[in-house]
Amino acid sequence: MKKIWVALPLAAFALSACVTINIYFPAAAAEKAADKIIDEVWQTQKTDQPAANQPAAKETK
Amino acid sequence: MNVILKLLVATVALTAALNVFAAADLEVNTPGVNAIKQSMQARHAQLAGHYNSGAVGLTADGLIALRDAGAVPLAQRQAVNALVAAENNDRNALYAEIANANGHPEWQAEIRSTFAQRWIQRAQPGWWVQSGGAWKQK
Repeated sequence: MKKIWVALPLAAFALSACVTINIYFPAAAAEKAADKIIDEVWQTQKTDQPAANQPAAKETK
Repeated sequence: MNVILKLLVATVALTAALNVFAAADLEVNTPGVNAIKQSMQARHAQLAGHYNSGAVGLTADGLIALRDAGAVPLAQRQAVNALVAAENNDRNALYAEIANANGHPEWQAEIRSTFAQRWIQRAQPGWWVQSGGAWKQK
């Protein structure tokens, strides 16, 4: 009967260790990181330039 | 018996906390990522006009493509093709670099699809984006 109190914590530890190794993809963080990079590449920071609607105004004759 | 129960709860809580901590953030501030970002930023000045004219569009797999060659004067076509190829090289490198910088090369596909959605969602009105295999103007 006493053995189960040793086995149970061990089993719980093993189970949660499995979860720890299998780290999932941080989707929310990835989205935030993507937005940050896109802002910098496209120069579309909303806070800095509110009126930057036309990055390349093309002359049409 | 109570002690063992407490130990069990503490063990599970500790490993769960570790798990959350490990997955909380994505590092994108590395020299490799910054170099690619700067290269893409410089190229965007040349590409923006082609996005506006519809010659170049954003694809569903996080890249760009020459959508309407007719919108580009013949003399410029080769230059635009080179621009598109260089941009796609940078984008592929960017997705791989972010995955590697975070120690998870296997995340590359998910990073690419996250970027693909964000590029398309944030494209400016008038730009062409790929959606469900077809081109659509925003």
